[in-house]
Amino acid sequence: MFVRLSAAIAALSLLGSTALAQGAKPTDPQIAHIAYTAGVIDINAAKQAIAKASNKDVKAFAQDMVRDHETVNKQALDLVKKLKVTPEDNDTSKTLSKQATEKLAELDKLKGAEYDKAYLANEVAYHKAVNSALETQLIPSASNAELKNLLQTGLKIFQGHQQHAEQVAAKLK
Amino acid sequence: MRPGRHLPLVAALLLGAAAVTAHAATIQITIDNLVFAPAEVSAKVGDTIEWINKDVFAHTATARNGDFDVATPPKKTVTSVLTKAGSVEYYCRYHPNMKAVLTIAP
Ligand SMILES: [Cu+2]
Repeated sequence: MFVRLSAAIAALSLLGSTALAQGAKPTDPQIAHIAYTAGVIDINAAKQAIAKASNKDVKAFAQDMVRDHETVNKQALDLVKKLKVTPEDNDTSKTLSKQATEKLAELDKLKGAEYDKAYLANEVAYHKAVNSALETQLIPSASNAELKNLLQTGLKIFQGHQQHAEQVAAKLK
Repeated sequence: MRPGRHLPLVAALLLGAAAVTAHAATIQITIDNLVFAPAEVSAKVGDTIEWINKDVFAHTATARNGDFDVATPPKKTVTSVLTKAGSVEYYCRYHPNMKAVLTIAP
């Protein structure tokens, strides 16, 4: 039922090939913007889940997502401030945000157990896509060592989220 | 019965407790950048584990067999006393990719 990948995930997968095709790596201000945006997207999805989910494990998972992604994003804001870097909006961030809004609207139409399953399926796929973008594109492209470090910590946190989402999803069946 | 009659028993209990405390150790396990260190720890029943979370993230130390579930808030140190023997695999409930082992002798 959830074979259709969300558009936001497709955009993240495209990130690599598009950047490579142009022979241009994303810059640090762009990377910071993409990483921050990816976090905001997951926080918004989680807030919807806290309001809509019926299963208590799904709700608790959503609360974990808000807490961790807000913490990572706060670290990111503190870092860009310290480095005097201004995050720069870019096509990847724009596409991500636009398509995440569409996904939220799609999920909003679902109810009960159907919603819970769809939210978790999207969480698994979304974290997978973000992790792959971090591993193959964002981390290798980052030039500032502290930014690279933060992205690496983010990757470990999000890999944890992916496994956590898979575990909660398995229990729903 | 006079209350004094119980004194030797109370004294024995207190001494007994003191003897146990003297043998029990405090062992530190650090959580830093989503890693439990050391990853393998040997301890004894009665020992205290001092969980030192250096991360800005909340974690847990959760035994797979259900023997313990310790919440380790960000930038905090919490302690727990080991009450059951066994070789226990534990992980973080929020980040199941964080895993380690505690071997607890009786
Ligand atoms: Cu954790």
